[in-house]
Amino acid sequence: MMSAIDPVADVTGIGVWGVPLAVASGAVRIGTPFLFVSLGECLTEKSGRVNLGLEGTLVMGAMSAYAISYYSGSAWLGVLVAGLVGSVLGALHGWLCSLPRVNDVAIGIALISLGTGLAFFLGKPFIQPSATKLPAIDLGFWSSSPEVRSALQINALFVVGLLLAPAIAFLLARTRWGLVLRTVGESSDAARSMGYRVNTVRAIATTCGGFLAGVAGSFLSLFYPGSWNERLSSGQGLMAVALVIFAQWNPVRCLWAALLFGASSALGPALQSVGVSSGYQLFNAVPYVLTLGIMIATSSASRRLPGQPAELTVAR
Amino acid sequence: MNRAAAEAVLIRAGALLASMALFGAFVALAGADPFDVFYQMYRGSFGTSFSVQNTLLRAAPLMLTALCTAIPARLGLMVIGGEGAMVIGGLASITCGLACGAMPPWFVTVAMAVAGIAAGGAWVGFSGALRAYRGVNETISTLLFNYIAIALLSYFVEGPMRDPTSLNKPSTRAIPAEDMLQSIPGLEVHWGLVFGLVACVIAHVLMMRSVFGFGAAIAGGNLRAGMLCGLPVRRMMIIAAVLGGGAAGLAGMAEVAAVHGRANASLVTGYGYTGILVSFMAQHEPLAIIPVALLFGGIGASNGLLQRVDHLPDATVAVLQGILFVVILASETLYGRFAIFRPREERVVRSAVRGPTPEAI
Repeated sequence: MMSAIDPVADVTGIGVWGVPLAVASGAVRIGTPFLFVSLGECLTEKSGRVNLGLEGTLVMGAMSAYAISYYSGSAWLGVLVAGLVGSVLGALHGWLCSLPRVNDVAIGIALISLGTGLAFFLGKPFIQPSATKLPAIDLGFWSSSPEVRSALQINALFVVGLLLAPAIAFLLARTRWGLVLRTVGESSDAARSMGYRVNTVRAIATTCGGFLAGVAGSFLSLFYPGSWNERLSSGQGLMAVALVIFAQWNPVRCLWAALLFGASSALGPALQSVGVSSGYQLFNAVPYVLTLGIMIATSSASRRLPGQPAELTVAR
Repeated sequence: MNRAAAEAVLIRAGALLASMALFGAFVALAGADPFDVFYQMYRGSFGTSFSVQNTLLRAAPLMLTALCTAIPARLGLMVIGGEGAMVIGGLASITCGLACGAMPPWFVTVAMAVAGIAAGGAWVGFSGALRAYRGVNETISTLLFNYIAIALLSYFVEGPMRDPTSLNKPSTRAIPAEDMLQSIPGLEVHWGLVFGLVACVIAHVLMMRSVFGFGAAIAGGNLRAGMLCGLPVRRMMIIAAVLGGGAAGLAGMAEVAAVHGRANASLVTGYGYTGILVSFMAQHEPLAIIPVALLFGGIGASNGLLQRVDHLPDATVAVLQGILFVVILASETLYGRFAIFRPREERVVRSAVRGPTPEAI
């Protein structure tokens, strides 16, 4: 579940300049699934609940996207089905946590187990065959160097994510739905007194978050690394929880945070490819140390983190 | 048996049956005979002396990592850092074991255990201190520390502590065979099982039968009430986190000293995460952890037979575990729903006034 991410792009041919190039392209490639899964988690957490189970949703999404793309030949259909499968898992989390006395953190960890177990079970037949992949937008057309060209292959899903982040920010800040969602996240009593059903709103938010996590999984299996196997996810679903805190529950900041997390994951392999053989493993820990640093710096015994929904038990 | 205990056992048993029915339907859809699957699971987990020992081997680390969640949970802390504490405990114990050199084996074992407990305790204790003094949420910080621990493990194993002869799988040097943690006499099970059992019993005495445990229950039930009583709540939080982390660190030590003899990526087992759910299923009661850990150890142990006899993929037991976790956690909601389990006085009063149930208020 938490193995290291493979080397990003083979840039050894162009020397030391390969490092920033690999980090930039890695930020986008590794960052895209982070972006989708963190936007989903952000939406869920804004409603006052945490879904730790997005790791299972992600793996389930990756498997179903690969299977559907293999059978239908359409990668985009795979993305859609991955999102729908993710919504089902999200709805399951949302419904179970609506029951009294059920702990959302524990249900999340149970859903990691269920989602990855189901994905590995059902996905066994798809480890060997090759499915249709998502197309890439070739931003490196101007270069004659194959290393540069391969590093600048941008996936259309990244563009979707790029647009989705401000769109979700707008939805939360400027629309009636967003206001209801934030009210439920800030004070369930206030929302209830206004006649909104708190558990329903949270279940819907968790379902939408599950959809985005499923899409993140489809990126893993259909673009980068671009295959289905049991070591596909390196814990992006769980990291999303850290990432949302790092982004202080702001969708646009989720975009920058996802790129940063992606870049730091790409830095190790990139350094390795130019001969740095030791110490690069510690770069994998940089996002977590940074997140921890932010939490320590901005928390206090009497105050919440800036931007944090008040109903969020896990961050209280 | 009192009514509350009967309620707990019956709801658990019902959830277990419901999970088995769901799982049976699942394997039937996958083309296997569910009754044969259950029979093979029984054979693979408790049916032969070999499978019982396999079950015990898997249950031992689960008992210790479950304590990492259970002990702080009495104080209302939700710690999910067992995985990281286990990794750090394993890393510290191999460092200590290699440094011991030519000391007698019993000394090496004790030193490794102390190092594992101390490192795991400090690791989770730091999260406890951050919570107590800075208000940093312990769930998130222990989750982050899991990743930091894994990064540290791969740094040391692939860098400064790497054994140059370990080519495909970077590992540290191994401790000599005579320094390894031995099997319990008469069993093929190492002493880690005894560590787990003893730790659960000690934790039970501490949390259920001591002044500290009583104070922890007060503060866990209502933090402000605990502070008003003059309880040193902050210090207690740190102590609980240290004890929990120490248990998980000991699990890492047993994994290194009894199973691998060295530290490598195999230390990242997932036992830490399974332990969280074991703790929840035991309702954070240290003694109840023992049977729950045995149950999940048994499910893990039955994996081999399911693959060989029923030709099911190795993820089958993961599916069963997932179903069990979800159903049992969801069954928490049934507590208090059945009038028969309420204390007699409450039933008498309630039938007299015909008032609403406490849940409905």
